[in-house]
Amino acid sequence: MSLDKDTVEKIAHLARLQLNEQELQAYTDSLSQILGLIEQMNAVDTTGVAPMAHPQDTVLRLREDRIEETDQREKFQRISPATEAGLYLVPKVIE
Amino acid sequence: MIHTKTVAEQSAALRAGELSSTELTQACLERTEQHRELNAFITVDAERALAQAGVADERRTRGEAGPLTGVPIAQKDIFCTDGMLTTCGSRMLSNFTAPYDATVIRKFNEAGAVLLGKTNMDEFAMGSSNETSFFGPVKNPWQADAVPGGSSGGSAAAVTARLVPAATGTDTGGSIRQPAALCGITGLKPTYGRVSRYGMTAFASSLDQGGPMAQTAEDAALLLGVMAGFDPRDSTSMDKPVPDYVQSLNHDLKGLRIGLPEEYFGEGLNAEVATAVNAAIEVYRSLGAEVVRLSLPNSNLAVPCYYVLAPAEASSNLSRYDGVRYGYRAPEYTDLTDMYEKTRAQGFGAEVKRRIMIGTYALSAGYYDAYYLKAQKLRRLIAEDFRQAFEACDVIMGPTSPSTAFRLGEMTDDPVSMYLNDIYTIPVNLAGLPGMSIPAGFDSKGLPIGLQLIGQYFDEARLLNIAHRYQQVTDWHKRIPPGF
Amino acid sequence: MKWEPVIGLEVHAQLLTKSKIFSAASTRYGAAPNTQACAVDIGLPGVLPVMNIEAARMAVKLGLAIGATINRQSVFARKNYFYPDLPKGYQISQYELPVVEQGHLTIEVDGREKTVGITRAHLEEDAGKSLHEDFHGMTGIDLNRASTPLLEIVSEPDMRSAKEAVAYLKKLHELVRYLEICDGNMQEGSFRCDANVSVRPKGREQLGTRSELKNINSFKFIDKAIDYEIERQIDVLEGGGKVVQETRLYDAAKGVTRPMRSKEEANDYRYFPDPDLPPLVLDDAFIEDVRKTLPELPEAKRARFVQDYGLSAYDAGVLTSTREMADYYEQAVEAANADPKLVANWVIGDLSGYLNKENKEIADSPITVEMLAGLIRRIADKTISGKIAKDVFDAMWNEQGDADTIIENKGLRQITDEGAIEKLIDEVLANSPTQVEQYKSGQEKVFGYFVGRVMKASKGKANPQQVNKILKAKLPG
Repeated sequence: MSLDKDTVEKIAHLARLQLNEQELQAYTDSLSQILGLIEQMNAVDTTGVAPMAHPQDTVLRLREDRIEETDQREKFQRISPATEAGLYLVPKVIE
Repeated sequence: MIHTKTVAEQSAALRAGELSSTELTQACLERTEQHRELNAFITVDAERALAQAGVADERRTRGEAGPLTGVPIAQKDIFCTDGMLTTCGSRMLSNFTAPYDATVIRKFNEAGAVLLGKTNMDEFAMGSSNETSFFGPVKNPWQADAVPGGSSGGSAAAVTARLVPAATGTDTGGSIRQPAALCGITGLKPTYGRVSRYGMTAFASSLDQGGPMAQTAEDAALLLGVMAGFDPRDSTSMDKPVPDYVQSLNHDLKGLRIGLPEEYFGEGLNAEVATAVNAAIEVYRSLGAEVVRLSLPNSNLAVPCYYVLAPAEASSNLSRYDGVRYGYRAPEYTDLTDMYEKTRAQGFGAEVKRRIMIGTYALSAGYYDAYYLKAQKLRRLIAEDFRQAFEACDVIMGPTSPSTAFRLGEMTDDPVSMYLNDIYTIPVNLAGLPGMSIPAGFDSKGLPIGLQLIGQYFDEARLLNIAHRYQQVTDWHKRIPPGF
Repeated sequence: MKWEPVIGLEVHAQLLTKSKIFSAASTRYGAAPNTQACAVDIGLPGVLPVMNIEAARMAVKLGLAIGATINRQSVFARKNYFYPDLPKGYQISQYELPVVEQGHLTIEVDGREKTVGITRAHLEEDAGKSLHEDFHGMTGIDLNRASTPLLEIVSEPDMRSAKEAVAYLKKLHELVRYLEICDGNMQEGSFRCDANVSVRPKGREQLGTRSELKNINSFKFIDKAIDYEIERQIDVLEGGGKVVQETRLYDAAKGVTRPMRSKEEANDYRYFPDPDLPPLVLDDAFIEDVRKTLPELPEAKRARFVQDYGLSAYDAGVLTSTREMADYYEQAVEAANADPKLVANWVIGDLSGYLNKENKEIADSPITVEMLAGLIRRIADKTISGKIAKDVFDAMWNEQGDADTIIENKGLRQITDEGAIEKLIDEVLANSPTQVEQYKSGQEKVFGYFVGRVMKASKGKANPQQVNKILKAKLPG
């Protein structure tokens, strides 16, 4: 299966990646190629096979409800692009 | 020459008082500086390394040294290291000083190892040639115009060039074993859940596993002993005791059943690689092993399956790089969406973006069943192939990579061909099994060839034992590239 | 045409755990921004989630209380979308396999009972908060709330009016507080409600296009918001238009709903099982352990109050409206060892009145169970009259001590000495010749005048029954 540019543009937006026209064309080509590879999967009938989400057949371990973390805001925000009054700053969010 | 020594030998020299960790660290720092042309390291922090060496020397004086105390180790730049740049080979994290230690880093610190530096890698571990790094490609010490393999190419090159005796890597589809093979060193990808993933920047969470890269199986055993173990901070970490990997290295191989999957010796395998792998199997026969022919019928679909699952997980794992809390933020933007899109477009390289888009597509409405769910089902079939195979054998052997190191730039424009480099390593990650690559010869161009060993779940001790016995009777692993 | 509204509610209840659902940071409300956002909460590279057992227990608790199926295996999935208060770019939630499925709640509207189905309740992590006040044209992000455990409780579209929706919401609110899994504080956002509203011609099976009303954070607004939305949709349809499926916000100030401008643009959440979290498996032993911690639920308690204490259904309903009040009442009955109805009157009447006036919870009442019981004991043993008791209550509320201390200090003990009362009566009669004459001439209602004068002369302390008896004997007739 090959992808068209519109689809690639949509995917890029879902993934929040800005592409210029040249990139859009290049990705449309290479993603189509990769999809060709992926679709080789169809050679195998997987009817009735249980999907495998984890490599180990294990169950979730549950942690006791205890507070073990301390305030590290200063350390974490020293590496932030923009902060003020302890908040991370981003361009205005409109609801 | 101390730098050509293994971890075990350096450890012995330190123990014997032949030199101090400070001297050893100084020597490694000098070699690293001399061989900057390899581009094996992203960060070398001499001050920090020497401070750690000093502490190790004091620890030794107090009689509290373990086998790794004072030994310089390089860490793949994917492990968060408190107070140190941790870039994942990406522009996105090119300014990211990690504010905490990965569990693996903490364990090496507790063992008293010296962190010599952080090694170069394919961006976010996505690549098989180390060419996707924002910090430039790594050169293969055997041949400067050849790739070292990837994604742990910096670690592989550093060990091969004997800049450090050993390093860590991570392996999602072959990223420890393939560069180990292409550089002629020993690399081990442990069973999924054996080594904590906490602090190891995620590429594909259900496939990623950290492991050692070293000159010998013995060194890999020493490192794995430090890295392995249950971590309550990782819900996929398995709570199983860690055996003494060194103690079982010399077990006899008589009666060992080696499974040879026909799919690993078919079309696409370079003839010189095939010859070397077959020769290695003969060596095992001479050590008392038997050969069992078998089939992993779905393994030829492992690459397609992997290129759904790994990018799907990656597309989600890499969503956190948005320029809000840390890392790169585009300098100019008009609004929030524009900030996201520019930050991510500029912060990620082409291959990472490609995989994010593949993964996003595979998970998107209307395609989930055909791609993601289908791949998960296929994954079960692939794991089931191995389960059946291990009823007839104790270890599976074959080539690590279909060819030896290719030239820089040779495959950068052809992602699918690049992906097929991992055709023999990927099935192991999908199943979650442990796998190793050990040096098993050279091709006519003088490039190393790797033999892959695949073991049962949590059978790392046996893999190391099998690898070690081979290294007792061969010397491929002792070869050092000319000029190093 | 007759229109029928169809309403389903999605409630996000913040669970009362000490630490977060996937990290060991505190969930305490009101801390300085980002001081309770640990490495896991802010989504640093390499961090991993580890699940809090208490959140699982609380989800099961709710499931058992609503007669639901507890799934022995449930799965955490990632819901992917970009938003600055969502640090990882995905929310860990449950999608295909939630922990709780198929429960129900019974509500009562206009004296009629109705069962509302609960489709599912699933565990998930909360996002942070965006603060929109101006930081030089920027928005501030506080991640303290990120990874706080939420139980999302999704009802069937079973409600047919705003009134039913409010009744359901109140019932659920009461329940989660009874179970002590959520504090129910709507202002602080620990109990949030989204409503799915659609209308269809009455009698038609097929559902109309719905809109989702987001974050209606007060009981006061819920019926207004829903009623507005119902009217709006009917207007659209009757005007020949079509209802658009969209997310709308209720603007409490203007009393209208309006479409949200950003967040929900054609989202494709790309759910998939979270590879960092193996399936949540709950065995029978776990579920039985939780069952043992289930408190008596409101309905059972109400029935028991009617049965055991002889209360009216109304009084039992008021007393059991919160677990705290019910507990207070029961403890007071036991401590006072008095008529349960008398105790009920005090709790429902004066105590609730004072609490309401000062906007206090029963837990913060200055009058403890023991103090109220002490007061009631003195009424029962006739040390004070019911009237004086109100003054004593007021004094207790104002922290002047317990009932006995106040009665002693203020000399409020009832006068029961016959001689003393007789003396008071004699004085009153002697000073009221006119009224005595009137009484003699048959105007019996003057009797009340005498009682009032005697009580006043005793400063309210004379035992009223004795006053009545002696007065009757002394007056001719």
